[in-house]
Amino acid sequence: MHVFANPARFLKIARPATAWTLALAVPLILAGVIGGLFVTPRDYLQGESVRILYIHVPSAWLGMAGWGGLAVASLMQLVWRHPLAAVAGRAIAPIGAAFAAMCLATGSIWGRPTWGTWWEWDGRLTSTLILLFLYLGYIALASAERERGGEGRMAALFGLVGAINLPIIHYSVLWWNTLHQGKSITLTGTTIAPELLWPLPLTLFGFTFLFTSVVLMRMRAELARARAEARLRRSATT
Amino acid sequence: MNHWPFIISAYAIVLGGSAALTIWAWRSMRAAEKFADKVTRR
Repeated sequence: MHVFANPARFLKIARPATAWTLALAVPLILAGVIGGLFVTPRDYLQGESVRILYIHVPSAWLGMAGWGGLAVASLMQLVWRHPLAAVAGRAIAPIGAAFAAMCLATGSIWGRPTWGTWWEWDGRLTSTLILLFLYLGYIALASAERERGGEGRMAALFGLVGAINLPIIHYSVLWWNTLHQGKSITLTGTTIAPELLWPLPLTLFGFTFLFTSVVLMRMRAELARARAEARLRRSATT
Repeated sequence: MNHWPFIISAYAIVLGGSAALTIWAWRSMRAAEKFADKVTRR
């Protein structure tokens, strides 16, 4: 990880990686969406609404994985003071927030025909809503620190402490009585029938590549802005 | 209950949201890199 801390070295890898990850994301998402909408059968219990699973699960995964990445970047910023770590944290936050919001929206839409309600204050839903608020808090804190010319260490600390919510979201279905279904996919197997399962890895990988590509785009934009600002400052002083 | 309006809404939010995020990030990256190149060439 230390190898990529140099912005020049990072950009050398990020430039082709942005295009490659986007090129992988689009066909995977399209294949998963077409499969999920038109090829897989309806579920015997949930009916047609099971199709929302193929976009809800990747949104939930990326909402959580986004904060995981943000926490790692925060740790690197606090411990090793890597110049790219703060940039990575700021690049991830709005994208992670968007996926957390999409997870809540699709879950709510799925809940109406399946549970008969748009919202329930149970452990999984509430902890995911808290995740969204944590993202918004991080964005506000990082922006405020940046405007004051700070290094963003408070935001990094917030990013690290906020990671406590990740195991709470993950284990909420086991710790509390919940309307949300338990774990359907584990490291050892799945309870989902294969004819319903196959589009899910396609959308999972597809949206993960898309997330990576968008984060790289935002990091490149921020590094370019910093390069331009430094140049303008230098020309103003000479 | 017809589930399809719910399914279509959910897919529209995620696909539309993802497309909007990608276009926004791509355009701001292109604009920032173009400006940085212009400034450094000066």
